[in-house]
Amino acid sequence: MNNKMLLEIKDLAIHYITVDGTVKAVQDMNLEIAEGETLGLVGETGAGKTTTALGIMQLVPNPPGKIVSGEIIFEGENLIGKSPNELRKIRGKQISMIFQDPMTSLNPVMTVGEQIAEVVKLHENVNSAEATEKAKQMLLKVGIPAERSKEYPHQFSGGMRQRVVIAIALACNPKLLIADEPTTALDVTIQAQVLELMKSLKTEFNTSMIMITHDLGIVAEVCDKVAIMYAGNVIEYTDKVNLFTTPKHPYTIGLFNSIPDIESDVERLNPIKGLMPDPTDLPTGCPFHPRCDKAMPICSTRVPANTEVQMGHFVKCLLFEEGVVR
Amino acid sequence: MMGEVKGLQPERLLEVKNLKKYFNTKKGLLHAVDDVNFFINKGETLGVVGESGCGKSTTGRVVLRLLEATDGEIIFEGKNIRDYNKTEMRNMRKEMQIVFQDPFASLNPRMSISEIISEPLIVNKVYKDKADRMKRVRELMSTVGLAERLTYAYPHELDGGRRQRIGIARALALKPKFIVQDEPVSALDVSIQAQILNLMDDLQKEFDLTYMFISHDLSVVKHVSDRIAVMYLGKVVELADYNTMFKNPQHPYTQALLSAIPVPRLDVHRDRIILEGDVPSPINPPEGCRFYGRCRYRQSNCLNVTPELKEVGPETFVACHYAGNLKPAII
Repeated sequence: MNNKMLLEIKDLAIHYITVDGTVKAVQDMNLEIAEGETLGLVGETGAGKTTTALGIMQLVPNPPGKIVSGEIIFEGENLIGKSPNELRKIRGKQISMIFQDPMTSLNPVMTVGEQIAEVVKLHENVNSAEATEKAKQMLLKVGIPAERSKEYPHQFSGGMRQRVVIAIALACNPKLLIADEPTTALDVTIQAQVLELMKSLKTEFNTSMIMITHDLGIVAEVCDKVAIMYAGNVIEYTDKVNLFTTPKHPYTIGLFNSIPDIESDVERLNPIKGLMPDPTDLPTGCPFHPRCDKAMPICSTRVPANTEVQMGHFVKCLLFEEGVVR
Repeated sequence: MMGEVKGLQPERLLEVKNLKKYFNTKKGLLHAVDDVNFFINKGETLGVVGESGCGKSTTGRVVLRLLEATDGEIIFEGKNIRDYNKTEMRNMRKEMQIVFQDPFASLNPRMSISEIISEPLIVNKVYKDKADRMKRVRELMSTVGLAERLTYAYPHELDGGRRQRIGIARALALKPKFIVQDEPVSALDVSIQAQILNLMDDLQKEFDLTYMFISHDLSVVKHVSDRIAVMYLGKVVELADYNTMFKNPQHPYTQALLSAIPVPRLDVHRDRIILEGDVPSPINPPEGCRFYGRCRYRQSNCLNVTPELKEVGPETFVACHYAGNLKPAII
């Protein structure tokens, strides 16, 4: 990875302060994304994936959300502490986001052409005619005929709507694209179309991407490196090859064992026991220890530190930490 | 998975013949299920896969007569249940149950877990004595792995996996022979999904259950099914045992569907078939093959002649004129 670093997240912590207690949605997070690189952010419901994305965009709803500590360094500048005006110039231009459900992220009373042109007009020094022209070009890029630019979101199918969202997100040629489960709401053949499109556009524009997903199949397909999240923590962080060939953290291994494998016949799945912990009342020590089949007595009292088990392969697990009595 | 006995002809529990379900809509007649034929043997699992709007859930509901079929026969243990009157059908329902997709929407939020599970027992007057009924409820809760302390809890207090366990306990209450599983794990996270899939496998063996397992997730369907039916726009396009289907898919749609699954492995490289366009509207569908517009192998007669589901190998059925002999489209 000789490429220039685009985004660095250092010691980030985001909390939601609610009447039921404080939810530590993101804790002790350290991630890096180089130019042109795709990072997969994987985890189950409530792991903190979307909060991370909102944190990068500085869109964590406040209250109840609060960035408690850390830095988000984008092209050398810390995004935390920037004024709303400065942030508006970054969002949609430098960093864009694709949401899971295209129907709720598009405006139902604006034509798709207008919605793409809106971003262009906002961020680039162009007149209306030029913006409209750019909108049509973007539609073509995502495989929608330009003449459909005058139609409304409800006139498109789910897959087409997600293409429109992608067109909006890429209209200003952002450096970083955050895609939050972009294909979860789509059927598998349409998902394949959209993933293919995202891959080719990413190469064309040399965009870096954060792909939020719960599907390890999508990770295998589009990501360069992966961060696995559990209860607000990145518990394993490495490149794709390491993750698939030598996963280390018991949770990561448990995730792999939970997926029915289409390439072989497994009679019985070997799922992780138990349930996701209550986010307001996380277990002491390692948050995964009550569900872990490798748990040791010390796991319930000591919080695992981020350990580099080999070059570029980080794991938060006491099994791999030095100086731990096992 | 399969309760098969070597040398014995498997016993058919359910057979569906020329099943049709049309809905009247403002825009015209919606062909949700259009001339579907399949059977399910005792103790086996038939997986039904397809994308949104292909008619898989409607098929599940029509089979249970939760929706009335437009035409066709539903033969359960040798009798056409479409001829049954209300009383006969009510007795019949003890034999056939359903587990729904969304464990948030399918449980009454104002009923406790014990009330939800005992409701079918009350409606069907199974126990005279309340104590007996509660004993059965506790037994069912332990069967599906719900702790006894949850007896008087309400659905909102529980996570998705536990709620789905309630739905399964409710379906088991009347000791059915046949359960339609309508996307039972789609709303669950993978680690919980695996727990529920294992539970359903255990229950099938313990109670000799027959499942119709409806899902859009091919990896899950392959894992649970003995045989699989692939649906597209109201039609079954391919029906085969899971091994045959995954090793040698014959219908161009099945081929595309299988190739589209993202596989969580690095050592597998498959040639992905990217289908063009979307599923067309099921309202007033034209004659001919419904996959015509997206098919890489379409020929001129595919536009006019509807392909029937025909046997191309032992217990392997494909609805394609050119199955086994696909040639690139010239048009």
